Amino acid sequence: MVTRALPSECPLEESSVKQMPRRTALRFLLGSVVGTIASLFYPVIRYLVPPAEASLSASEALAGTVNELKPNSGKTFRFGNHPALLVRLSTGEYKALSAVCTHLGCTVQYRPDASQIWCACHNGCYDLNGRNVSGPPPRALDPYDVQVRGQEIYVSRKQVA
Amino acid sequence: MDAAARVQTWIDERLNVSELLAPLREKTVPVHRYSQWYLLGGLTLFLFTVQLCSGVLLLLYYRPSANEAYESVQHITNHVEFGWLVRSVHSWSANLMVFCAFAHMFSVAFARAYRKPRELTWMTGMFLLFLVLGFGFSGYLLPWNTRAYFATKVGTEVAGQLPVIGHSIMVILRGGEDVSGATLTRFFALHVAVLPALAIGMVMLHLLLVQKFGTSVPVSVENEWERDPHRRKEMKFFPNFFLREMIGWYIALGALIALAAFSPWELGAKADPFSSAPPGIKPEWYFLAQFQTLKLIPAKVFYIDGEVLGILAFGLGGALWMGLPFIDAMLGDRRARYVRIGAVFVLTYLAGMSVVGYMAR
Amino acid sequence: MGILKATIRWGLLVIVLLVVSVLAAAETQNACVNCHAKLEGSLKVTAEQADVHGHKGMSCDICHGGNTQDEARAKAAGSGFRGHISREQIPQLCGSCHADVTYMKRFNPSLRTDQLAQYHTSVHGIQFAKGDTHVAICTDCHGAHDIRPSSDRRSPVHPLNVAQTCQRCHADATLMKSYRIVATQYSDYTSSVHHQAMVERGDLSAPTCSTCHGSHGAVPPGAGSVANICSTCHVLQAQFFDESPHKAVFAEGCATCHTSHKIKHPDDNFVGLAAGSACGECHTTDDESGKAAEAIHDRLHKFEVRVADARVLLAKAEQSGMDVAEAQTVLGQANDALTKARVRVHSARLAPVNSELEAGSKPLAAARSAGEAAMKERTFRRRVILVPGIAILAVVFALGFYIRELERSEGKHPAPTKESDRKLAA
Repeated sequence: MVTRALPSECPLEESSVKQMPRRTALRFLLGSVVGTIASLFYPVIRYLVPPAEASLSASEALAGTVNELKPNSGKTFRFGNHPALLVRLSTGEYKALSAVCTHLGCTVQYRPDASQIWCACHNGCYDLNGRNVSGPPPRALDPYDVQVRGQEIYVSRKQVA
Repeated sequence: MDAAARVQTWIDERLNVSELLAPLREKTVPVHRYSQWYLLGGLTLFLFTVQLCSGVLLLLYYRPSANEAYESVQHITNHVEFGWLVRSVHSWSANLMVFCAFAHMFSVAFARAYRKPRELTWMTGMFLLFLVLGFGFSGYLLPWNTRAYFATKVGTEVAGQLPVIGHSIMVILRGGEDVSGATLTRFFALHVAVLPALAIGMVMLHLLLVQKFGTSVPVSVENEWERDPHRRKEMKFFPNFFLREMIGWYIALGALIALAAFSPWELGAKADPFSSAPPGIKPEWYFLAQFQTLKLIPAKVFYIDGEVLGILAFGLGGALWMGLPFIDAMLGDRRARYVRIGAVFVLTYLAGMSVVGYMAR
Repeated sequence: MGILKATIRWGLLVIVLLVVSVLAAAETQNACVNCHAKLEGSLKVTAEQADVHGHKGMSCDICHGGNTQDEARAKAAGSGFRGHISREQIPQLCGSCHADVTYMKRFNPSLRTDQLAQYHTSVHGIQFAKGDTHVAICTDCHGAHDIRPSSDRRSPVHPLNVAQTCQRCHADATLMKSYRIVATQYSDYTSSVHHQAMVERGDLSAPTCSTCHGSHGAVPPGAGSVANICSTCHVLQAQFFDESPHKAVFAEGCATCHTSHKIKHPDDNFVGLAAGSACGECHTTDDESGKAAEAIHDRLHKFEVRVADARVLLAKAEQSGMDVAEAQTVLGQANDALTKARVRVHSARLAPVNSELEAGSKPLAAARSAGEAAMKERTFRRRVILVPGIAILAVVFALGFYIRELERSEGKHPAPTKESDRKLAA
């Protein structure tokens, strides 16, 4: 910033002429400030409007409807980023488990002929509680909670503390 | 009278705003070769405002429970319109704010601007720095991802190493013996209610003190001005210095949105308390120096546990640094260079250890 | 002086008691081990050798006879001392307890008791019956004095150690030559995918020598029965193979293409007519089947390339900060279809392979378009911030310009400095 000595006089025309670029500069400044505020205001407004997709992706999933599965049948569905299995027992009760085989990660399926959960990759078998009963799998399948709300069947993870 | 002037008069007749703001019209800022350092304080304040605004926006969608936190942040980033922008701006601005807070503090330390009568300004400022670090630590956990979970676990464990009171502090911080959903709730409360209330109060106090005592000038410049009063230069705060502040603020804003678009803040994987810590886990850069120091201290030093020694040393260092104005006053102007050497050492140590910590496995 | 004397007296008493108890303890130790711990070579037996028999309270005399309590009468006549047990005697000796169902029930009712019977059916047992003592007997695999259960990681018959134990003989070319058996099985096995599963992944369910050959009744599976063993785990492959025209022609079943020990993970070049392929061993481009083989290879390869491309695209999107977890799950489904198609190869027909690949092409396309959408979004974001970005640049320039103009006009009328400010700055 430069400081100059006080001039002996301040001619009015000179000051008004010098103010012209200042006024345009001010207008330009105000205009661009308003421009930035507007250009950030728009995203904020859009942000405030909630999106169509609900946010319940990984803690809960809609597995199916009440009349979809006959007793003694199963269905694979997506839960978060992994496959899961919804089984309807012959008693009519529902069970939901992770469908990721604990051996090498293949997707397991329900075998109505054996009333067991089976992995096609290396012939691993699990019972209806997910416990590994024969073949290579070293651990049981993770169980999930099932909640029937009206006609819809919701599956959620077992609650964490 | 035009409309603006009429509105102003109406308000003044009732609230006397013009009278209240009059001192600000007169406020000046000294002009010398170190003047640009004056911009850092305002920049930190600006970034804090950015945090408040982006934080409130995030609050509209964030869910503070272990089951939903990660998914809600994922939702913001992927589904909410411009959610990616709000989230990344918030995360980047947090880091920038910590950096500016440290830079502002060190510039004040090197300029010895904490000398009488500005000791309280320094202490409120240091308190604000600790609050900012607290914001960083509490906010980091909120996305509930793997990095955050283990960083919080390690960080609270360090707090637990304090002798006698450490364990109780750790349990209170964590809301239990381990890091869990209870920890998330507590950190959320801290981050959006407790710390903001404390910070806003402390900022107002800090600004009041700055206004009361005016802007300090480094000793060397002051001596020059004493010898030659004509060299003294000041500029008005409004509009001259403030316009310059605005340049800094706008550049920072531009940097933030560029970072949000080109280097978005990662989300990582959801925290799994049963998995083991990923190898080479490190805290964020502003805790790296302390973390690295603790790693380098041997396990036992003269029968004292190494980690405890490290924490106590940092505590002592922090307390001494807080009392820098008094140490400086005790040493006097003639021995001022020792204070400067001390400040250089602290800065070099923190910066150096951060680099070492960053490069370590 | 009185106290000193008393201290010495009590101290000596304590020392004497200690020595006596140590000697007494030494006395109750095994009389056999007392001598044999000091011997060298194969006669050395120490008390530290933790043995499953020892843990059950048995001692040297259950096999060797003799008196384990009295060193002087350890080998006396009438003590039942047998001394060294020759190789010919070992299977019968072990079996004298281990094949006795009533006896074994006292220690472990769920342990099998047919090991000796099985052994007699094995090649080792049959040769042994002919008087060959070079073949494996019980102690060769299980050890003699440090026998551990097979679940113990240190046991030579723990699944992770079985191959190592068998190869002690079966990798010895000179020894195997006399029986006219090759000695390459172990080195073949160690390069196989099953060995890799065990050693690298620690998967104890992976097959080792005894899984396919049996342990006590070890016999090489007959050519016709190899497939039965493989199909225990590889159910679908065996099923498709059985339905295929190859079943009637391949006497050795699975081993025809995959070999018995050197089972590698087949890549897509294994199918088709290229050099090194299995199909190319019999088929050529002149016959219909050869053409089908080529077509199968072609389809599989193309699909695999598309999956790999999609994977790269999604990785790129992820690296630039886009969330592609959903798309990656869908791509996983496409990958599953590819795996199923590869299993279908065993049907030796193009149609079933094709139908699996077609089922997979929908998730593959979905994953790919999700990846492309993510990249588009990434580009959009980088472009959209130009709007506020340019506005911000405009403001910065406007500010600079305005400050210059403001201060140029101010320069004619500089702001006065205040005395009070100067005082405060001091």
